[in-house]
Amino acid sequence: MKIAVVVFPGSNCDHDTYYVAKDVLGQDAELIWHKDTSLRRADAVILPGGFAHGDYLRTGAIARFSPIMPEVAKFAAAGGPVLGICNGFQVLLEAGLLPGAMLRNRRLQFRCEFLHVRVEQTATPFTLACRSGQSIKVPIAHGEGNYYAEPDVVQRLEQNRQVVFRYVSSSGEMTEDSNPNGSVNNIAGICNEARNVVGLMPHPERACELAIGSDDGLVVFQSLLKWSRESLLEGNLATTTSEHQTVVNR
Amino acid sequence: MTSDTINDTVLQRHGVTREEYDRIVSMLGREPNLTELGIFSVMWSEHCSYKSSRVHLKTLPTTGRRVLQGPGENAGAVDIGDGLAAVFKIESHNHPSFIEPYQGAATGVGGIIRDIFTMGARPIALLNSLRFGSLEDPLVRRTMSGVVSGIGGYGNSIGIPTVGGEIGFDKSYAGNPLVNVFCLGIAKADEIIKGTASGVGNAVYYVGAKTGRDGIHGATMASAEFDDTLNEKRPAVQVGDPFMEKLLLEACLEVMKTDALIGIQDMGAAGLTCSTSEMGSRGGAGVEIDVALVPQRETGMTPYEIMLSESQERMLLVVKKGREAEVERIFDKWDLHAVHIGEVTSDGRLRVKNHGHVVAEIPNHALTDEAPMYRRPMTTPAYLEKAQQLDLDALGAPPAPREVFRRLLASPGIASKRWVYRQYDHMVRTNTLLLPGMGAAVVRVKETPRALAMSVDCNGRFAYLDPFVGAQLAVAEASRNVACAGGLPIGATNCLNFGNPEKPEIMWQFGRAVEGMGAACRALGIPITGGNVSLYNETDGSGVLPTPVIGVVGLIEDATRVVGRAFRSEGDVVVMVGETRYEMGGSEFLHVVHDQIRGVPPQLDLAREAALQQVLVEGAASGAIRSAHDCVEGGVAITLAECCFDTPLGVEADLAGVSGAPAVYRETAALFSESASRVVVSVAPAQLAALLALASAKGLPAKQIGRVGGSRIQLSVDGKQVVNELVSEAERIWATAIESWFERRLAIA
Repeated sequence: MKIAVVVFPGSNCDHDTYYVAKDVLGQDAELIWHKDTSLRRADAVILPGGFAHGDYLRTGAIARFSPIMPEVAKFAAAGGPVLGICNGFQVLLEAGLLPGAMLRNRRLQFRCEFLHVRVEQTATPFTLACRSGQSIKVPIAHGEGNYYAEPDVVQRLEQNRQVVFRYVSSSGEMTEDSNPNGSVNNIAGICNEARNVVGLMPHPERACELAIGSDDGLVVFQSLLKWSRESLLEGNLATTTSEHQTVVNR
Repeated sequence: MTSDTINDTVLQRHGVTREEYDRIVSMLGREPNLTELGIFSVMWSEHCSYKSSRVHLKTLPTTGRRVLQGPGENAGAVDIGDGLAAVFKIESHNHPSFIEPYQGAATGVGGIIRDIFTMGARPIALLNSLRFGSLEDPLVRRTMSGVVSGIGGYGNSIGIPTVGGEIGFDKSYAGNPLVNVFCLGIAKADEIIKGTASGVGNAVYYVGAKTGRDGIHGATMASAEFDDTLNEKRPAVQVGDPFMEKLLLEACLEVMKTDALIGIQDMGAAGLTCSTSEMGSRGGAGVEIDVALVPQRETGMTPYEIMLSESQERMLLVVKKGREAEVERIFDKWDLHAVHIGEVTSDGRLRVKNHGHVVAEIPNHALTDEAPMYRRPMTTPAYLEKAQQLDLDALGAPPAPREVFRRLLASPGIASKRWVYRQYDHMVRTNTLLLPGMGAAVVRVKETPRALAMSVDCNGRFAYLDPFVGAQLAVAEASRNVACAGGLPIGATNCLNFGNPEKPEIMWQFGRAVEGMGAACRALGIPITGGNVSLYNETDGSGVLPTPVIGVVGLIEDATRVVGRAFRSEGDVVVMVGETRYEMGGSEFLHVVHDQIRGVPPQLDLAREAALQQVLVEGAASGAIRSAHDCVEGGVAITLAECCFDTPLGVEADLAGVSGAPAVYRETAALFSESASRVVVSVAPAQLAALLALASAKGLPAKQIGRVGGSRIQLSVDGKQVVNELVSEAERIWATAIESWFERRLAIA
């Protein structure tokens, strides 16, 4: 499958994500400049981590206006799988593709470390290959990952089973101590109602090789490949792709 | 050229002596105007001209088989095979970091990153060496907090991992912290770019942030002591913009892929002045610019201010005539505005115009090569004789080993630096093979089978007690750390932090330290390819401990054979390579238990150190060594404890009593003596004989001292158990000691 990685001027995990797609998984991958207006027939879109425009204002607040973003929105509306990692998640929130917002971390400090998240939902293109309740070791690296939404929004997220990842202890328990940033309900990642757009603060692309500490993050990308194969069988992918092309070519 | 009157007050304000002024007049053949005086003052400042240090620095070894670029460019470079070069340098930002900790440290990071990418290298790793006063002092905690978030704020945003470093604490740094930042990048060996201007008529371009009044006389400030006028110096600290630098980094690397570029240099200390005159001087050319064309952030800026501004994130480029449009297009893509501000000329002069009128004209060489060079007087310091005397018996019997062990684990110099490094993104770029705190910093070089190990080190107490030996010990420790990870040391960069060089005693410390550093680097075969000197590290007349920091880069041929500090398996054999002597001078024990810096530092046999490092590199390459950790602050007891941390494993070891120690210090010395050239390694039992044979072949003492296993740290001396602690308890003390200083403050606030 072909994976598009969007490059904002301050993205800094774009190459890491591209590397995993291309070199670790052997997929077709392309870096798409944020000023482009075509996703070039990609089957999936990833918004990578970084500081899109320096993020002096609010993380992702300027990135949502990048020329590529309307295309990402159309792609998502057509059911195409979209993953936002860290800053990419923040951009998805600002762009309104996912609900809620990010506050500064509870301790007001940037935090980078390996921790554990539990996969709460497997019915998304990015968790399809996981076991429900599977705990994975992945790193975080952010200063604004304290997920917040209005109580009714959080309630709806929980009811609709849109909370995809939660911070847990190494033994898989959801505890106060295992929450690194103060996120409501230990939320580390969520999806939209249609379940094709997923955002998460941890960096699965940094956990795809044992040599760098963990390969637990691979399952996120393997899920996407599995989703792609199953969609092909069902003809879903062809539909989304062709719909998307119509939109782009118009 | 209108000239304000230049009198003694004006000269003093510029930090220019009467003798230096006379020299300027004779070089120009006339009186300079104020703009020219400003230009001379920054270029002849200690910070830019190395006028006090140059005579000493010339004695350092700077060449070697792998050296592609030695001192004199923006950074040094060594060959790492596969047609690639490691480009690296360390630089200080001490003075700004005390005045404004966050911005001072952040712009220090920004500056060293620019030095690396101007060479055509993609930066892949940052390290830092920091010194602060005692954490009991709230001002010190505030400084440290600011410095740490400033380093993180810049490096995290730009996406270069901060993969390692070291932090030391001593009262002498309370009013003058040290912030030394190291950066390493990878370039194609045959595509290294120089900071040179040549080719008459080629275009001089300015790109990056606009010029403001920030940082004017930053270089001069870094060349003066602090006193109570400190607060007035605030405007001389610049403000960093890592996003702008990220754009510059990407755009410059893209421009470098074309062959339209002749040379490039960042505008760091002394800004536009330094970049124009140095590039012209290196290329044997002249440079003519019009400051009216320079993008300005503020209105009414004078040529003097524009030339001396140290606004951050600015670059000067020399572009081939006729290729301008191509270069401008690349900068446009990154929303950067490249402005054509002048040309390369043939007359070897820096000519500055303002709206077409010449406002300064100086031969480039007068500002660079012909800057003053002083052989300042040196005297053995008066403190030395007394400080070197240490009579442990007179201090009374030591506390019980178990108590000392626990106090040392909690000492900020030894305790885990997790509170610090978890504020740094240390994993971006997905190359980090050893996480911070797990040994030397190690990053793999993607697309090759290799990895690079890096370590920055210095024990200021040793350098205070004997600058010659102290500097040698710094080189030995940094290269030993790299060798522990399996890296063959191939190059180094130094950052020499000292007090006021106009004091003969300080100059003596400096001279002896450089001598020691040179001797150690020669003996270990490690060329120094560049670095930085930071003098005048004094507040109200009191200097910091002499701190000659060295950063060593090592090459690991097989990135799958990286060795960390942590024990790996139950049942592995623990071996001490090297031997413990009665050497408590300048030790962490004396510092923590008696609050003293006394005695002489441990002796160093450079031939033995070289042999030890060979054993470590060979043992790592063959896969025999499973973990390796050197014995430094806190001695072998702390080393053994640290080998257990971050693992579920314990250790049981029996150490030999140390001869020469007073009877009551026999156990203390065995556990906490800081003898050099010692490493604790663990091997599988089947590999023990091979390791001992390897050590013996190199003439090194090596012996099994214990075994990995259990959940406790059990240490004996001559068969008598003296420490018996749960690993989890020891690790709790060690892991939370620094954090608790800051969390405590948070709780009150």
